Amino acid sequence: MQFDPFVIPFNLGLYFILIYAVTRSVIWFMELSRPDKLRLQRGFFGKPFGQSLKEIFLESLIHRKILKANPRLGYMHMSLAFGWFLLILLGTLEADIFGEHHLNAPYKAIFFRFFNPDHGKTPFEAGYSFMMDLILAFILSGLLLAVIKRFSSKAVGMKKTTHLKILDKVALTSLWLIFPSRLIAESLTSGAYGTGSFLTGTLGSWLASFMPANEVAYPFWWLYSLSLGTFFVLLPLTRYLHIPTELFLIFMRNSGIRTGDKAGTYSEVEVHSCSSCGICIDSCQLSFSAGINNIQSTYLMKSIRNNEDIYDIAHNCLLCGRCDQACPVGIEISPIRMIARRAGQSENKYTNTWKGYFRSKQNITVSKQNITIPKQAVKAAYDFLPESNPAKADVLYFAGCMTHLTPSIKNAMVRILDASGLNWSFIDENGGACCGRPLMLSGQDKEARELINFNSQIIWKSGAHTLVTSCPICYKVFKESYYLDVEVLHHSQFIKNIIEDGSVKMNFLNKRVTYHTPCELGRNSGVYDEPKDVIRHVASLELTGYEDKNSLCCGGSLGNIKLSQVNKRKIASDVAIELTKQNPDYITTACPLCKKTLAPVTKSKVVDISELVAEAIIMPVSLKKNPQKSKRSVGESVISR
Amino acid sequence: MDRFGFTISKGRQIDWEANNRDVVDFIIEREPSLKSCIECGGCSATCTTGNFTSFSLREINILLKRGENELVRNKIRKCMLCGKCSLVCPRGVNTRNVVFLAKQAFQKLDNHAV
Repeated sequence: MQFDPFVIPFNLGLYFILIYAVTRSVIWFMELSRPDKLRLQRGFFGKPFGQSLKEIFLESLIHRKILKANPRLGYMHMSLAFGWFLLILLGTLEADIFGEHHLNAPYKAIFFRFFNPDHGKTPFEAGYSFMMDLILAFILSGLLLAVIKRFSSKAVGMKKTTHLKILDKVALTSLWLIFPSRLIAESLTSGAYGTGSFLTGTLGSWLASFMPANEVAYPFWWLYSLSLGTFFVLLPLTRYLHIPTELFLIFMRNSGIRTGDKAGTYSEVEVHSCSSCGICIDSCQLSFSAGINNIQSTYLMKSIRNNEDIYDIAHNCLLCGRCDQACPVGIEISPIRMIARRAGQSENKYTNTWKGYFRSKQNITVSKQNITIPKQAVKAAYDFLPESNPAKADVLYFAGCMTHLTPSIKNAMVRILDASGLNWSFIDENGGACCGRPLMLSGQDKEARELINFNSQIIWKSGAHTLVTSCPICYKVFKESYYLDVEVLHHSQFIKNIIEDGSVKMNFLNKRVTYHTPCELGRNSGVYDEPKDVIRHVASLELTGYEDKNSLCCGGSLGNIKLSQVNKRKIASDVAIELTKQNPDYITTACPLCKKTLAPVTKSKVVDISELVAEAIIMPVSLKKNPQKSKRSVGESVISR
Repeated sequence: MDRFGFTISKGRQIDWEANNRDVVDFIIEREPSLKSCIECGGCSATCTTGNFTSFSLREINILLKRGENELVRNKIRKCMLCGKCSLVCPRGVNTRNVVFLAKQAFQKLDNHAV
């Protein structure tokens, strides 16, 4: 029987974490809703299983997404994750092949060199040792990068790295100690017996030349075992819980489970899958333009994990979705923020760190016990909205609040709709109700529903088949939260349709323009190409390097209720600088709010695509000769500040 | 007797002692930009809700500063948070947050928590 007391810390840690992982998984599975349970079962015993395994290999071990985005950072994560995995796998095989029995206890593989110091004499054994040394060197190179990153994040190509809590730091230290202590322990033992390969052998023989290697090795074996044990015991309390949780997340996601509107197992698994890598900090404009560095998604996840008050973090965010795109784990961050917003203010619940082992599922849910429903809340908030009797039409145009603030867009759309020859009607010509999205963004869904019902009635009564809106904020809510039987189009999509079916004729304007993708239209609704196609019909489009998924937010987003005007301006100025680098004639965008935000911070003219099109459009002869036929008189040039 | 239509008008002075400034203090602590409001009324001019009712953010700001919270309590719920007011504000007051915080303050008052 090969045994030594120093393996006890490792064994305790390992068996603790295995039991914990099984219990946690069972609890999480039990807490899933019934449809999600069925999804997960189908996903586990079906086609998505292979896909999940592939994803686990590519993302959890190789870290492909990070490698693509930032090779140095990717290498750091890969060497630690994939290297450690190989070390465990090949170490187990080594103990199995060369050890005294097959199927050994895990500690015999981990401390193989201690129990088999003579191993490595025959050429085959030496070859295997060489491979093990190579893997260890691979991990140590990544570890070196990680240490450098802690002190200077720029070295690995990151602007900022995450601030950690104390326990995370303890766990980090124990993780960092694992591999150097293994190196020194193995080297000393190998040195004493004259075994080991290029790394452990060379270092070992050098160390053995001036010290009693075998005696000095023993404390290092203890250190190796202790740091492993500490790491395993602290794992559920720290960010390193992401290592087991991410596997669970990948299986759930591939089974078709999504975050949804309420906190549940999936959102909890997502929160624990965040490794605090800090990639979201680098993508956040509040960080690099406005200098706000405490509200990024990694801190949201950390605060939810620690049951801290997340009210400020949840609300101080543009909801532009840049971090959703950047997150290498694929956590749906914006939906989690929205859950937190709906929950309102919560109390700091746990003060005792050790309670983290027994988390209740009360995670991001509302602390409702002290909120009595006020009497007024029973009454509708917007009962002043009048009964509406809209005119019958095929196509409805909803300008939205922001478009009413930028009348040039409204006038341009009127001109385009008139030119299209469709039977159309302007719902909120004299000002209508808000679409409800701003209320939703601040977590007031119940109030938003009242406005949604009001607007839905108008749309139903008009009998239209198409709804066109100029504002991406309205577009998103019409598309997702209204239950309507009409086709909802953003004006970029509508204009593209009427250009391509030949309803309107265009001149080509001799202008060079850049295009700013609005967040609500692009990342949040997935409409990337239509506005650019429209622009290509009427002007020459210059690319800025911030296209599509990498587009910037103008800073004016209604998603952020806390951001001051000064900081909004800072963000907008940075964006305007990027958009005017090629010195275009116009900056174009497809959102009235973006236009309104960008216009004051740049000398270039900011126009909406509808204004561009309205200037290029050739009005049909019938409308030109007889302007009364058109319901509204429209000026010749609509582009004006 | 002919009184020429003149009467003695009621006292119009504001009794600061009797008025409760808890709500406005709560808001200013979290959104200091409210202090720079010059009551120009730009917000009321552009207001979406103001298009349907007599709702006026300028009025609400004044009432809150005077501490006449009960007059604000129901009015504030009419705001749709559309954000036009914060775009037109010449002083850069984050008006959306003012309304948001006021709603929150009233909820807290109802729970005796301010």
